[in-house]
Amino acid sequence: MYCNLYLYKEHKEEESEVAVGKIREAIYGIHHMDETASKDRWMQNLHPLAKLLTAFVYIFVVVSFDKYDLPGLAVMGLYLFVLFFFGKFSLFRAVRQMKVILAVSAAVGIANPFLDHSVWMEAGGFVITGGMISMITLMLKGIYAVLESYLLIVSTSIEEICYALQCLKIPKTFITVILLIYRYMIVLLKEAERIMLAYEMRAPGQKGVHWKAWGSLAGQLLLRSIDRAQIVYESMMLRGYDGTFRLIRKKENTAQSLVYGIGWILIFLLYRCFCEYLR
Amino acid sequence: MHMADALVAPAVAGTMYVCSAAAMTYSIKKVHLEVDTKKIPVMGVMGAFVFAAQMINFTIPGTGSSGHLCGGMMLSAILGPFAGFLTMIGVLLVQCLLFADGGLLALGANIWNMAFYGCFIGGMVIWRMIMKNGMSKKKIMAASVLGCILTLQLGAFSVTLETLASGITELPFAVFAGTMQPIHLAIGLVEGLITSAVLCFIYDARPELLWMYQKKERGKLSYKGTVGALACAALAVGGLLSLAASSNPDGLEWSMEKVSGTTELSASGTIHQAAQKIQELTAFLPDYSFKGSEGAVGTSVSGIVGAVIVAALCIVICICIRNIRKKKVK
Repeated sequence: MYCNLYLYKEHKEEESEVAVGKIREAIYGIHHMDETASKDRWMQNLHPLAKLLTAFVYIFVVVSFDKYDLPGLAVMGLYLFVLFFFGKFSLFRAVRQMKVILAVSAAVGIANPFLDHSVWMEAGGFVITGGMISMITLMLKGIYAVLESYLLIVSTSIEEICYALQCLKIPKTFITVILLIYRYMIVLLKEAERIMLAYEMRAPGQKGVHWKAWGSLAGQLLLRSIDRAQIVYESMMLRGYDGTFRLIRKKENTAQSLVYGIGWILIFLLYRCFCEYLR
Repeated sequence: MHMADALVAPAVAGTMYVCSAAAMTYSIKKVHLEVDTKKIPVMGVMGAFVFAAQMINFTIPGTGSSGHLCGGMMLSAILGPFAGFLTMIGVLLVQCLLFADGGLLALGANIWNMAFYGCFIGGMVIWRMIMKNGMSKKKIMAASVLGCILTLQLGAFSVTLETLASGITELPFAVFAGTMQPIHLAIGLVEGLITSAVLCFIYDARPELLWMYQKKERGKLSYKGTVGALACAALAVGGLLSLAASSNPDGLEWSMEKVSGTTELSASGTIHQAAQKIQELTAFLPDYSFKGSEGAVGTSVSGIVGAVIVAALCIVICICIRNIRKKKVK
């Protein structure tokens, strides 16, 4: 936690001096999420399994809506509104993460208005076709799913998600691999940043890495990574590693977690089953 | 090629989760059987490497655009297909959670489209098939480019099928597939070239890191097997093929015959006679046959005995040289 804050401050200082690159932006994003997830708030103190299952069921219910069921889908946004408001999370940051998803959803759904001309509504001479509705529904599903994933990760650290996966009897080998990827991702991102900075200083004004340096540049990073893996392994063995990672958990509010998980899941499922009758 | 949650229907997402989970369970079993705990940290760090490497933009000459490394193929070439597959799942999960790159519900589909094809088709089938009889830079390049193109084509085709099965788009199958496949053909080619450049660098620097690399490409036969095969070949040539030997004179005899009219010249003098006497005593198989006989058995026995004597002589010489060297070292 202290380390994260330190890196965060260090990063903010550096940010003023150097233009924020793609790699630095990624590192900053990870630190921000880590920092938010470790705050002492009600949402962060819930059991990770409750949050993971709720997120999964929510996304499942969202994508299960028919492509023309825009009103039914729109109501599902209330859940996100409640959590963003009471959980005190930044909607602006979440929206920034949706650039790619919106582009993908739009690219797939963009043809719908041209191919589906069935008239759904007519207001003041303006015709709303089925294609338009299905395109908006598709984009809305994408937005909801990304916002829910964002809520999960800013309220739950990777270690806690791994603990939840452990509760779901996901094999330990796999959980260990995820944890190690996460732990060394920042280290190697920084390594990549240093390599890229050195390269850019030797090749000013060049966009990307020249094809002659493709092999040696990434290859050097790979060799350094493998050497680091060897050191990591030796350190782990010296600390008594026996093939399993022991996750340290903070105290969760069990009663609140049960109410949160079961409550939301029941609401989602009941709404999905009876939303036809509610309208 | 990461699919968002909005692009898959629950039934499709569930099916893909089941398929990916089956492949994952099998891989976990294989990784446990394969080696030791040492592989796990390497998998973790390699996953982090793929992440970091994908942040680097590689300029594509003449286009002004850039490409990235192919994670599945790269991990399979280093870790093998099973450990590579598990690492790719970890990478996809972290990408999904931290960077909203691919949805949580669509994770099963993404694992199938990228990790499964990349590691099992690219690594287990193509890499293994090409590297079966040894490794070289040309083979690495061929495997990387072919693997990346094929796995990306399969992945893109799966995305098309999954999206259409989910009823998301109004695009007809042919139009959708016709848009997806050519784009991913170009991407596959570029990713293949980048991946091959990195793997060739590794092959030059530390080839032992590559999966299926055999130190200096040992022959298929063991030392004993090789000696045995050579002995059999010598016996077959000496004992059987010698019967089919040409009765015509060799090059020197032919020349002498042309010059002097005979293949055997008679020599006079004490030294010559003494040498001839010694030869008559030692040559127990004169003219490659028994004394006073010109039968086929004599020729075969001559071939076999000759081979055995030459081998024995070579062994004796080698032993002598080794002993002399040992003494010098002492």
